[in-house]
Amino acid sequence: MKSLGKYLLFISSLFKNRESFKTYVKLTFEECMLVGINSIVLVGLVSLFIGAVSTLQTAFNLVNPLIPDSVVGLVVRDLTILELAPTITAIIFAGKVGSSIAGNLGTMRITEQIDALEVMGINSASYLVLPKIVGTLIMYPLLVILAGVLAILGGFLAAKFGGVVSTADYFTGLKMDFNQFTVSFALIKSVVFGFLVSSISSYMGFFTKGGALEVGQASTRAVTVSCIAILFSDFILAQLLLVR
Amino acid sequence: MIEVKNLVKSFDDKVVLEDISVTFEKGKTNLIIGASGSGKSVLLKNIVGLFKPDSGDILYDGRDFINAHRDLKTDIRREIGMLFQGGALFDSMTVEQNVKFPLDILTKMPEDEKLDRVNFCLKRVKLENTNKQMPSEISGGMQKRVGIARAIVNSSQYLFCDEPNSGLDPITSIKIDRLLAEITEEYQITTVIVTHDMNSVMEIGEYIMFLSNSHKLWEGNSDDIMHSGVQELDEFVFANKMMRRFRDQ
Repeated sequence: MKSLGKYLLFISSLFKNRESFKTYVKLTFEECMLVGINSIVLVGLVSLFIGAVSTLQTAFNLVNPLIPDSVVGLVVRDLTILELAPTITAIIFAGKVGSSIAGNLGTMRITEQIDALEVMGINSASYLVLPKIVGTLIMYPLLVILAGVLAILGGFLAAKFGGVVSTADYFTGLKMDFNQFTVSFALIKSVVFGFLVSSISSYMGFFTKGGALEVGQASTRAVTVSCIAILFSDFILAQLLLVR
Repeated sequence: MIEVKNLVKSFDDKVVLEDISVTFEKGKTNLIIGASGSGKSVLLKNIVGLFKPDSGDILYDGRDFINAHRDLKTDIRREIGMLFQGGALFDSMTVEQNVKFPLDILTKMPEDEKLDRVNFCLKRVKLENTNKQMPSEISGGMQKRVGIARAIVNSSQYLFCDEPNSGLDPITSIKIDRLLAEITEEYQITTVIVTHDMNSVMEIGEYIMFLSNSHKLWEGNSDDIMHSGVQELDEFVFANKMMRRFRDQ
C-alpha cells in the first residue's frame, strides 16, 4: 500500500512545475521514436507468427465435420482483436520498452543526472517521465493496431501456404458476426496497458538507489510488476466492459 | 552569501548533521572538509535542496530557501550551478548540448547567443573544439571541466562542487582547483566545495569548515589549519607522511 501511495504521488508530481509546452513536444517526439518506431520490427514479427500459429492450431483442433472451416478465420480474428494484439503485445512491450525505461532512469539516478536536473530547478519527474508516458500513450495503440493487422495477415499466410483452410473460408470467417465494439475494447485496453507499462517502469527506474546491480534489479522489477498489472487490469476491463 | 543556521538532518534514527551553522561568503572559495561519512555531502545536498533538513534555516542572500514558495525556490535553484562528483553529464548529449542545456531550459536566449555563451564557457575551462564529442569520449578531468562549464553557463550566483577532484591525478586536480578559484574571484560568486583532498585545502581554502561526527568542529583558513589545536582535525590534516614531515620541520 505504501508503494501504491508513493506511485500515485509520483504520478501527480508529473503535472507540477512543468517546463514549456515546446520542450515537451520535442521530448515527446523523441520518445515516440524510441518507444514506438524502435518496437515495430519486434511487435510485427511476433504478431505475424502468433497469427499464423493461431490459424494452424485452431484448424488442428476443429475436427468436427459439422463446424465449417470458416470458423478458423472467426476464431483468429476475435482472439487477435480481443487478446493477442493488445495483451500479448503489452507483455512484449513491457519486456522491451519497460525494462529500457527503468534502466535508463535508474542509470540517470545513480549517476546523479536526475539530481543535476533538480538542482537546476527542473521538475525531473515531469521533464523525464511525462514525455515517456505521453509518447507511449500515442504509440502503443498504433502498435496494437499494427499487431492486429499483422496477426490476421499471418493467419492468412498460414491458411494460404499451410493448406489447412482455404483463403476464401478464412476471409468468410473474418467477416462473420463481426462486433465492432471488440476493436474499441482493444484500443481502450491499449491505452490502459501503455499507461501502466510506461508509468510503472518510470517509477521503478526513477527511485533506484545504489549502483549497477540495483539498476538491473529495477529493470527486472519493472517488467514483473508491469506484467502483473497488465494481466490484472485485463481481467478488470473484460469484467467491466464485456460482461453484461 | 549563503547562511546555514542550526541545521539538523537525520536519516531514520541516525543523526547525520547536528546543529550546523555556517556562513559562506561571496567571492570566496569555501571548503567543507571531513573524513568519509562525516556528513559533508549531506550538508551540501541540504543546501542545494536535494534533501530537506529536519530543522534549521538556509538563506541565499537573505532569501529563506527551505520555507520559500515553490516559485521562489525554483528562482533560487536557477541561480545555482553544481558540479557533481561523477560529472553527472547527460550521456545521451554531446559536450555542447550538455553545456547548452541550462540555457535551453531556463532562458529564451536566441540560438546563436546560446552557442556563443557555450563556446565562451568551454574556452574558459580550456575545452575548445570538444563541442561535438560525447561525454564517454573524453577523460574524467575533461568531464569535470564540462561540468564546471555547465554550472557557470547560466551566470550562476552560487557554485557547488561535490568532490571535484575524486578520481583525478594530482596535476589535473590542481588545475580544476585553480579553475574553480579563478571563476569564483572573476565572477564574484559564492562557491562551496566539498572535499577531503588536502592539496585542495592548501591550494584554494579561503574559508574552511571541518565536519566530524555530525558536528562542525572547526572553521578557519588554510593558514590556520596547520595549528588548529583540534585533535580530530590534526588527525585528518596530518594523516599522510608528507604532511607529518612538513609539520615536524
